[in-house]
Amino acid sequence: MRCEEVRARVTAYVDDELDPVEGAEVAAHLEACPECARLEAAERSVRSAVAEMGTYHRAPHALRARVLGALREAPAEPATARPRRRGGSLFDLRFLVTAASAAAVVLVAVSVLPSFWRGPVPGPAEEALAGEVLNSHIRSLMASHLMDVASTDRHTVKPWFDGKLDFSPPVEDLAASGFPLIGGRLDYLGGRPVAALVYQRRQHVIHVFVWPSSRASASDAAPSPRQGYHLFHGVRRGMVYWVVSDLAPDELATFVRLIEK
Amino acid sequence: MLPHLDAAYNLARYLLRDADRAQDAVQDSFLRAMTYFGGYRGGDSRAWLLAIVRNACFDQIERDRRRSGDAEFNEEIHVSDQAEPSPEATLRARVASETVERALEGLPPELREAVVLRELEGLSYKEIAHVAGVPVGTVMSRLARGRERLHRALGAGGGEEDGDAL
Repeated sequence: MRCEEVRARVTAYVDDELDPVEGAEVAAHLEACPECARLEAAERSVRSAVAEMGTYHRAPHALRARVLGALREAPAEPATARPRRRGGSLFDLRFLVTAASAAAVVLVAVSVLPSFWRGPVPGPAEEALAGEVLNSHIRSLMASHLMDVASTDRHTVKPWFDGKLDFSPPVEDLAASGFPLIGGRLDYLGGRPVAALVYQRRQHVIHVFVWPSSRASASDAAPSPRQGYHLFHGVRRGMVYWVVSDLAPDELATFVRLIEK
Repeated sequence: MLPHLDAAYNLARYLLRDADRAQDAVQDSFLRAMTYFGGYRGGDSRAWLLAIVRNACFDQIERDRRRSGDAEFNEEIHVSDQAEPSPEATLRARVASETVERALEGLPPELREAVVLRELEGLSYKEIAHVAGVPVGTVMSRLARGRERLHRALGAGGGEEDGDAL
């Protein structure tokens, strides 16, 4: 390849968007041509500056509440203006809110999982519990009932469970490791009330369900995939925990290692 | 739909360069998304939603341009000075991230959009093309131009600081 051909492709090259044959040709040219290699280095330095130092503006909590409020209000608003009729805008909008959330969840579910991936074979009781855990995770996202207590402060979240449960769940903030705690909620799994802790990784929500166990310690070596989500569970210091998320399995494994510590 | 809220807000925040206006645009877009859901043809729901957000933002930018009667509304007018400080960040890191943010905000919106979606959102060329409604080749040239301008704005000296570039 000549220099001008390489220069026309160097952007796509640093973004891994060239096909393998072209990519190899560009790479070979860059090895040999310091001029073009300088351009490539400049492009990479800008990339990493933005990716590493650019601020990712997360949606403020107030916005989440506003959007949910607006979506809920939207169906009610035209009621005074227009007579309500079946199949009309009122009905449609309410349906669409639900359909859209369901579709988003399904899409996330479908897109995540390589089909060849298989976890350990669980027993029937565990299987049923895994279903409940996953349902709770999905339902909380669909119904937008993610948290009863929204706080990134574990000293707010942990005491909130006082008096609501007959145990005190371990609550840790893992923000320093890239998994900020965003809140907690009461839930009901396997016939008992449990603590649900909510963590976040980028746009992914991670649920940790916790309740006391009769055993001291045990752990699953591998996550089990289910409908495109990944579930981990184990027992630590007398507490059963189940972790569920649509996060990639390796990232979720990192998270599990942190909470197991 | 709320799983994509952060992505929607981040894009709107960079395109409009203002936290309040970004929130309005995102709320608007989610309502529009609900209404248009019938037009959703499957595929990547994040790209679909981001396309609605970016269209809302570019409408806004266009209105601003017309109102100010100035074709070059872009540069340096709405640059915000509120870079959310994180307590654990060192002063140096904060200065660096503010410099990057200002440089990004100084880009023309089309280039800014491509860079934000690629570098901060991690979208592929194809996904960015889908969001912005342009061919993949245009995405590449916008990224190339955007990075070139950023390189100048950040005053990086030709890349020798990036030792492991190859």
